[in-house]
Amino acid sequence: MTSPGITPVMEKTAGTDTGPGGPGGAPARRGPVPVALLRGLAGVAGLVAVLEVLPHTGLVSADYLPPASETVRALWQMLAEQTFWTALGDTLTGWGLGLAIAVVAGVVAGVIIGSVPVLRAVTASTIEFLRPIPSVALIPVAVLLYGTDLRSKLLLVVYASFWQVLVQVLAGMQDVDPVADDTARSYLLGTRGRVRHVMWPTALPYVMTGVRLAATVALILTITAELVIGAPGLGREIAVAQVSGAVPQVYALVLVTGLLGVAVNLLARAVERRALHWHQSVRVEVTA
Amino acid sequence: MTVVAVVRRTLLVLGLPVVLFALWWFATADSTDFYFPPLATILESFGKVWTGERLLSDVVPSLLRLTAGYLLAVVVGVGLGLVVGMRRTVRDYLEPVLELFRAIPPPVLVPVIMLFAGIGDTMKVLVIVSGCMWPILLNTVEGVRAVDEVLSDTCRSYGITGTARLRHLVLRGASPQIVTGMRQALSIGIILMVISEMFAASNGLGFTIVQFQRSFAIPEMWSGVLLLGVLGFLLSLLFRFAENRAMAWYHGLRRAQRNP
Repeated sequence: MTSPGITPVMEKTAGTDTGPGGPGGAPARRGPVPVALLRGLAGVAGLVAVLEVLPHTGLVSADYLPPASETVRALWQMLAEQTFWTALGDTLTGWGLGLAIAVVAGVVAGVIIGSVPVLRAVTASTIEFLRPIPSVALIPVAVLLYGTDLRSKLLLVVYASFWQVLVQVLAGMQDVDPVADDTARSYLLGTRGRVRHVMWPTALPYVMTGVRLAATVALILTITAELVIGAPGLGREIAVAQVSGAVPQVYALVLVTGLLGVAVNLLARAVERRALHWHQSVRVEVTA
Repeated sequence: MTVVAVVRRTLLVLGLPVVLFALWWFATADSTDFYFPPLATILESFGKVWTGERLLSDVVPSLLRLTAGYLLAVVVGVGLGLVVGMRRTVRDYLEPVLELFRAIPPPVLVPVIMLFAGIGDTMKVLVIVSGCMWPILLNTVEGVRAVDEVLSDTCRSYGITGTARLRHLVLRGASPQIVTGMRQALSIGIILMVISEMFAASNGLGFTIVQFQRSFAIPEMWSGVLLLGVLGFLLSLLFRFAENRAMAWYHGLRRAQRNP
């Protein structure tokens, strides 16, 4: 049920950073600016350069892949328009609202199911069946019921993100150290006390992983709903730009969604770090 | 005793699904609501719609495109991931770029790839590759990075290099992470299979279901939703089966480490 790669336990190893191919322990910092950062910037600059030059060489038609400068110009023009900001707002609303509902529902359901063994046993098969159902299967249902409303966006987003959170919460509640649990019992902590003081702190890293995954999934589904259903937002802007042949605008909007994705990742990581400042995985990273 | 245990287990596994199913069945039994037809009607149209020629004309092409795209993504993702993961300099240069590509929600690539590849099979396969590749690639990079240092040193001491090192140390050490990436990629692949067909296609599951919805063939549409759900479930089952076989050594190792 749990996947090893996304449990926080595995993530600790990501902190030790010696490439097995290299001589090991190459200095990451040299002078005031980290070398890795400079190289990363060089990589981005390289990508921009390739995107700029490629259409000029004629290898790729500029009709399909406009030079980077043109994309940036299109983006610049878009930033001055009200429609862009409205679309961005619509996307963020769908994402934030859907994610919030999914996280609350997932945590509440997870804590209840996880703390009652009978419930866990009874629901396990149902969860395993419902979870892999692709939420895009709900697109026709959403269109029929709610049209291009915000609610049809929310239906998809909540369905997709809810399982990410629920499964992680359940995994976390199961990971409780038996010694800690027995100790709590010896001290006569009731179910509520054990959930509060033993299970929840154990589950929190998992919950945070779930929230981080859900944040990404929620963004994907928000944009999907806009793109396919036509709910207002960045996704619909992309569809409109594509249909009207405004290729640089398509690329500019795709770039915006990518940056949005990066921002969501960074935000989720920051929240995770903050909520788990007491946890070993974060403390190790800080001192390292 | 054992009979009781078996009955108990069966009840636990099947109990809730049966209850939910019955609930749906009876709640909609006399439904006259246009949007929520009786489950009996949905199941009846399921048999009619998806067993005949539609199976060959819509379901099979969708699955073939998914398979092709997914396998291609695995090859490209693992291959690139090995290169990037084993060379620290390469990783430094490429990491921000890869993070950006990964962060782009895969469905927005559909309109972009349509520009290059039209609306044929190539477009759909490319869309699936371009979406599934990133989780596999980045997890491979992480996995290669986290290969056990002692094992790595041991390999060096024994003079194990080249392909042997790649196969027995790097690939094997990274495989739990690679499998995680492949699992994430599978659900993305299914999403993209459906979306690419909803966007522009002349056959396929996504296309057919949207056609049903647009022509208000409600029971047929619901049967399509059911089929997609069952398909998602079966594919994840298949994946778990394959994973348990391929990664048996790893799961055994983890169990042994957990309860010494």
